[in-house]
Amino acid sequence: MTRFLVKRLFSAVLTLFAVSVLTFLMFFALPRDPVTGMCPKNCNPERLERVRDELGLNDPLITQYAGYMKGIVTGRDLGSAQGGHCDAPCLGWSYVTNEAVSDTIARVLPVTLSIVIPAAVLWLLLGVGLGMVSALRRGTWLDRLAIGFSLTGASLQLYFVGAVLLLVFVYNLRLLPVPSYTSILDNPVKWASGLVLAWVSLAFLFSAIYARLSRAQMLETLSEDFVRTARAKGLAKPKVYGRHALRAAITPVVTIAGLDVGGALGGTVITETTFGIQGLGRTAVDAVRAGDLPTIMATVLIAAVFVVLANVLVDLLYAAIDPRVRLR
Amino acid sequence: MSLSPVEGVALAEIESGGPEVPERKDVVGRSPGRLAWIRLRRDRTAMVSGGMLLFFMLLALAAPLIEMLYGIGPKEQFQSLLDGFGMPLGYSGGVSGDHWFGLEPGLGRDIFIRLIYGLRTSLFIAFAAAVITATLGVVLGTLAGYLGGWLDAVINWITDLTLAMPFLVIALALTPTLVLRFYGEREAVSPAFGVAVLIGVFAIFGWTSTARLVRGQVIALREREFVEAARASGAGLGHMVFRQLLPNIWAPILVSFSLAVPQFITSEAALSFIGVGLSDETPSFGRMIYRSLDYLQTDPAYVFFPGITIFALVFAFNLFGDALRDALDPKSSR
Repeated sequence: MTRFLVKRLFSAVLTLFAVSVLTFLMFFALPRDPVTGMCPKNCNPERLERVRDELGLNDPLITQYAGYMKGIVTGRDLGSAQGGHCDAPCLGWSYVTNEAVSDTIARVLPVTLSIVIPAAVLWLLLGVGLGMVSALRRGTWLDRLAIGFSLTGASLQLYFVGAVLLLVFVYNLRLLPVPSYTSILDNPVKWASGLVLAWVSLAFLFSAIYARLSRAQMLETLSEDFVRTARAKGLAKPKVYGRHALRAAITPVVTIAGLDVGGALGGTVITETTFGIQGLGRTAVDAVRAGDLPTIMATVLIAAVFVVLANVLVDLLYAAIDPRVRLR
Repeated sequence: MSLSPVEGVALAEIESGGPEVPERKDVVGRSPGRLAWIRLRRDRTAMVSGGMLLFFMLLALAAPLIEMLYGIGPKEQFQSLLDGFGMPLGYSGGVSGDHWFGLEPGLGRDIFIRLIYGLRTSLFIAFAAAVITATLGVVLGTLAGYLGGWLDAVINWITDLTLAMPFLVIALALTPTLVLRFYGEREAVSPAFGVAVLIGVFAIFGWTSTARLVRGQVIALREREFVEAARASGAGLGHMVFRQLLPNIWAPILVSFSLAVPQFITSEAALSFIGVGLSDETPSFGRMIYRSLDYLQTDPAYVFFPGITIFALVFAFNLFGDALRDALDPKSSR
């Protein structure tokens, strides 16, 4: 088990390293002059040169990369125009927003977390539940309803569903306020009512996929010998389905769920755009529009960290659910 | 879609239940492909969704012809039919005999013809991307699965790496940089270039699932006797791949291809929605829906036409892909 964990963590670190190098090369080494985006209005050649110097853009690429990585681990000193010393998880300074990138991230990350975590709980419960029920009640109207739901949901687009929900609940019925983010610590009710549409539309689309997947898995598991054996030796139905079959059927669902949640934490760009909520995804989009390289770099890195962490977590969960994995 | 006489007979035999025709019991040898085709023909969902897809493709192909018959181009503006605030006059977004789906608020372009051209853009990008990613995936998956060893490890790692990159953000960041590389700050970007960039972005990120699938299948096949026999008789890499391995896994590849197309349609719309790649001039579903969000309160009809069209398109593709899977692999259960 320890060996498995160490190996897994090592490969995760390697992947993160490669992602950071690639993103760094992509954004900092591409022919577009990074400085033009960072100096929004009154740009004269001297100012440009000063910015370039402060950013260390005249240094060789390796030095730049090392400086950036060092900043993340131990913090580093940036020029006075960049707010002087930059503390430990230092992601650089944005000339567009005039603040440290880590401050921006600290502000928008809770927004994305607030969107994704409740939505993920909703879609997993709904999706897996629906899939299980329709597998156990195969061929009934309930099953057909669930299949219809999952086929429809899998073909719908988030922005369309979001737009329709907005139209109905916010503009026509006026049941909900215009979506916005309030911290859960300030006002939980406002937090929920401002984000509920985002949760529902995300959960609707994702649970469709999960219902489909878990139904197929459950059907396959139910035809396995061990399920029949468990029933034959007189174990009660809820125990067979809930304990034995569910555990075997849920492993592939765990994989996909881990990847989806990890991906979504990296920024729900479409959801945030549809509902006009400023989270990580929207910040990335704005940064790209403004050519704000340090912010782009930071958002890409954070998204990659989430995906890689989710991958590791999935592997661990896998090992916990399915003992055979540990032996390998 | 015509049946050969042999198939017609076979189908009639199956449908009539068989017992009436005892004299004509000669065994018809059928290839797996033909069997799958027969199953597909008998699947009502497959036929309906396949018909819908054909209809959509015809619409897309015949777009210039439709433009001629309809008499309105995708770039024509009808400002005179808008009121002082740029809202189309009349009911549900200006739907009328001349403008079947109404007009866009603001610019006053005809929605129907823009949808037809949007269909063309969307299908072209999706098919091109699906072909490229399928090819890449098959090549990399086969190499990784068949040759194994360090090559397998490297390809696997690249797959993990590609999956770890946040697709939307990178696509978003890469596209303007690429455009700037080929065009200057001020030059007009040709629509074809935007399309090419999108296809390129899809090619970079889209091959992973096919590669994984093919790799798994090839690894399973690698140990089979017939493969071993071929190898023992001294078959080269080309023969092994094209004559021994690929013919045995074309079915899952075809299914994954048919399910990849709607995914690319969705991704293209999503990217256009956040404003990457296609310029506003190129008609595209995602772009239309993005624009329509601003008019959600004043002109709700505007969001529904593109929204429902893209739903119907993706729905038909998904249904057809599922039916195809059932036809190719009767054991699988959805």
